[in-house]
Amino acid sequence: MAKIKRICTFLLRLIAFGTTLAAAIVMATSHETTSLFAVSFEAKYTYTPAFKYFVIANAIASVYGFLVLFLPSDSLLWRLVVAMDAVLAMLLTSSISAALAIAQVGKKGNSHAGWLPICGQVSKYCNQVTGALAAGFVGIITYAILLLYAVHTVLNPLLVQKT
Amino acid sequence: MALQNGEKPKVGSSSSGLIRVVLLLRVVAFFATAAATIVMALNKQTKTFVVATIGSNPISATLTAKFQHTPAFVFFVVANGMASIHNLLMIIADVFAPNFDYKGLRLAVIAILDMMTVALISGGVNAAVFMAELGKNGNSHARWNKICDKFGSFCDRGGGAIIASFVGLLFMLLITALSIIKLLKPKSHHNCSSLVP
Repeated sequence: MAKIKRICTFLLRLIAFGTTLAAAIVMATSHETTSLFAVSFEAKYTYTPAFKYFVIANAIASVYGFLVLFLPSDSLLWRLVVAMDAVLAMLLTSSISAALAIAQVGKKGNSHAGWLPICGQVSKYCNQVTGALAAGFVGIITYAILLLYAVHTVLNPLLVQKT
Repeated sequence: MALQNGEKPKVGSSSSGLIRVVLLLRVVAFFATAAATIVMALNKQTKTFVVATIGSNPISATLTAKFQHTPAFVFFVVANGMASIHNLLMIIADVFAPNFDYKGLRLAVIAILDMMTVALISGGVNAAVFMAELGKNGNSHARWNKICDKFGSFCDRGGGAIIASFVGLLFMLLITALSIIKLLKPKSHHNCSSLVP
């Protein structure tokens, strides 16, 4: 039973680490320059604060996921891990929703504010950002499952405490 | 724990103090998220601009800034509305039925629902923050102009709603932490009452 728990936890954390790392890297390497009627149009993730926040949040989550992979399973630090899981899940939720809001404006534009969509000109950049956001979504779902699973495994012995 | 037959043990003063603190925090969080919802939902500004001049007649266009124009603000209003309804239901459940329980799941369900509401508010307020930053500073690389210099009071009211929502998020985080701490306390009176013949 304990072995299954350890394998499950390890697998979930591996998936979480992989997806957040992939989201951060794919977003950070998205860069495209096109020229339209001798006007060059460059798109990079650093030009948008929401995408910078997304990269930073996913980088923090992937570093944390990497460190937790090596935690021995009967250490006292697991309660801190549960709390940190909750904090990081919140951070990832906020970063993905912010990046999605800005990406939606980039794709559809906002006719009321006079903002034109940019995906027509820099479609490769748009596709890469979409891929990074999809990886970010899988990452946040995995972190939510991890949080519930960690609360169940780490805190469950305390919930059924007999007096 | 010596109990007479049929006598219910008193709830300890520390746990009823915790319940009162959580109730007070819920009331404040409810007011904060309700204020954010209402301020953003009534956020509208109309302005007339002189667009061109033909001869000596100025042509003016009337532009309106509404919160429905931006999906992020719509999500903000919906998320804060759902959070206020959740807080209201929890306040009613605490005031009118404080001991209603179903197989001991009450505290766990409340804690999980609180966590979900925190995630919802956090997503809504962050999307609105970055859209507001885009409206305030524009984005020169994408040739998106800023709109806050023309629609000043729209931006101000939006900013106020976002601040209220952040306050509500902070209080909801405290409530979630306290709900999880309540879960961890050994439920001594439940265990003892099951031993009474």
